[in-house]
Amino acid sequence: MFGLLGPNGAGKTTTVEILEGYRRRDAGEVEVLGVDPQRAGRDWRERLGVVLQSSSLYPGLTVHESLRVFAGYYASPRDPDEVMSIVGLEEKRDARVRTLSGGQQRRLDLGLALIGDPELIFLDEPTTGFDPGARRAAWDTVRGLRELGKTILLTTHYLDEAEQLADRVAVLRDGAIVRAGSPSELTGGTVETEIRFRRNGSEHVERTLTPTKRLHELTADALARGEELEALEVRRPTLEDVYLELTGE
Amino acid sequence: MRLFAHELRTEQLLFWRNREAAFFTFFLPIIFFLIFGSIYGNNRITGIRGAAFLEAGMIGYGVASTTFAGLAITMTIRRESGVLKRIRATPLPPATYLVAVLASTFVVFLIESALIIAIGRLLFSVALPDRVGSLLVALVLGAACFAAMGLGMTALVRSAEGSSAVVNFVYLPMAIVSGTFFSPQHYPAFLRAIADVLPLTYFTKLTRDVMVRHHHLWSDGGAIAVVLLWGALGLAGAIRGFRWQPREG
Repeated sequence: MFGLLGPNGAGKTTTVEILEGYRRRDAGEVEVLGVDPQRAGRDWRERLGVVLQSSSLYPGLTVHESLRVFAGYYASPRDPDEVMSIVGLEEKRDARVRTLSGGQQRRLDLGLALIGDPELIFLDEPTTGFDPGARRAAWDTVRGLRELGKTILLTTHYLDEAEQLADRVAVLRDGAIVRAGSPSELTGGTVETEIRFRRNGSEHVERTLTPTKRLHELTADALARGEELEALEVRRPTLEDVYLELTGE
Repeated sequence: MRLFAHELRTEQLLFWRNREAAFFTFFLPIIFFLIFGSIYGNNRITGIRGAAFLEAGMIGYGVASTTFAGLAITMTIRRESGVLKRIRATPLPPATYLVAVLASTFVVFLIESALIIAIGRLLFSVALPDRVGSLLVALVLGAACFAAMGLGMTALVRSAEGSSAVVNFVYLPMAIVSGTFFSPQHYPAFLRAIADVLPLTYFTKLTRDVMVRHHHLWSDGGAIAVVLLWGALGLAGAIRGFRWQPREG
């Protein structure tokens, strides 16, 4: 699972739309599943699942009917009942789409993206607007997809979502990738570690790329003077710090 | 072909499931036929019985409401809700999809026409049309041209919310001015001038000539030409302005 992270307007959706074949690129080469999306045909779309940024469903159909309709577009679809259980909508089998909650509609969106049994799934901000409980439930579903062996490209502006779900993350800013790696790589090494302590009642904050050395110096000084560094804290940056630094917010 | 049949079934399901749309596009012409047929069915209009005049007129009204207004509203809503975009990401070829959508509205219109003719025979004692071949060709020709205009119309409508307002604003006055309910003979000159360029005037004339006056379809070359010309304009508009993606996306 690959996470594309960035603030609003960074170019996440544009990037995904180029990969999905909706948008023409201005320059460069693009290959998805070994094919240029601009020239891709039916065979390519058989292997692709797409969840758009907003729900796109037929309000008058039931959950099961929606899945059956979209199953009919693929040469070898998954069983609608099986997909319903993957996205946790078995109990809503015969409910009209318009009666579903926002979270349930989003799960159906995901189900429709899965119905063709794709190799690659695009998830564009799948949990935007969810309450915390619904987000956790959606994350579990998405984790389940990974266990099915699917490659997933997730775009999100939620850091915790990327941290929770993605194996690799790229941070996008003004249409360019400013940093890429696993969440732990992004938060390790390359970014300064923060050291905080209080001395004589005033707060000291330092950032350093060599925290071991710097900490040794600070504590050696303090010991030499017989002082205690009050409220000493050494903090590795979170993905959030990295993100805020990279996106300049 | 399998995909076409699947999509045609889907479109029929979607149409009949959507009660409001089915009422406005399908039943309204039938209801107007019942009401106005009761009011002036036995009067004489332009030398023919009111009921016979109205029967052909309501088929004209029906072509405008199902294949033009209904199609334009449905496709605008689908575009803005992202359904068209989602369908574009499936292996269903866009041409197959559009042809199935059009075929489905033709089916609805043909059922409606058959019902109107049956009601005319049973309740208002209007003779059944004898030029069945000519009538069928006229209906399909009209349906195709008005559907092309309907698709072209979607380019002029920006939002799903506005679609029924804009489309009704266009087609209801058109239906009245074009002489589907009353003969334009006694209209003021400026209304007759408008009626003289509207496609529905000519389609209604065509069906009336075939159904009531027993004309052969091809004896009305001028009317056919005007309907075709409008259809071509609609098609050009559709090719230029039809979009799969929402306006704001």
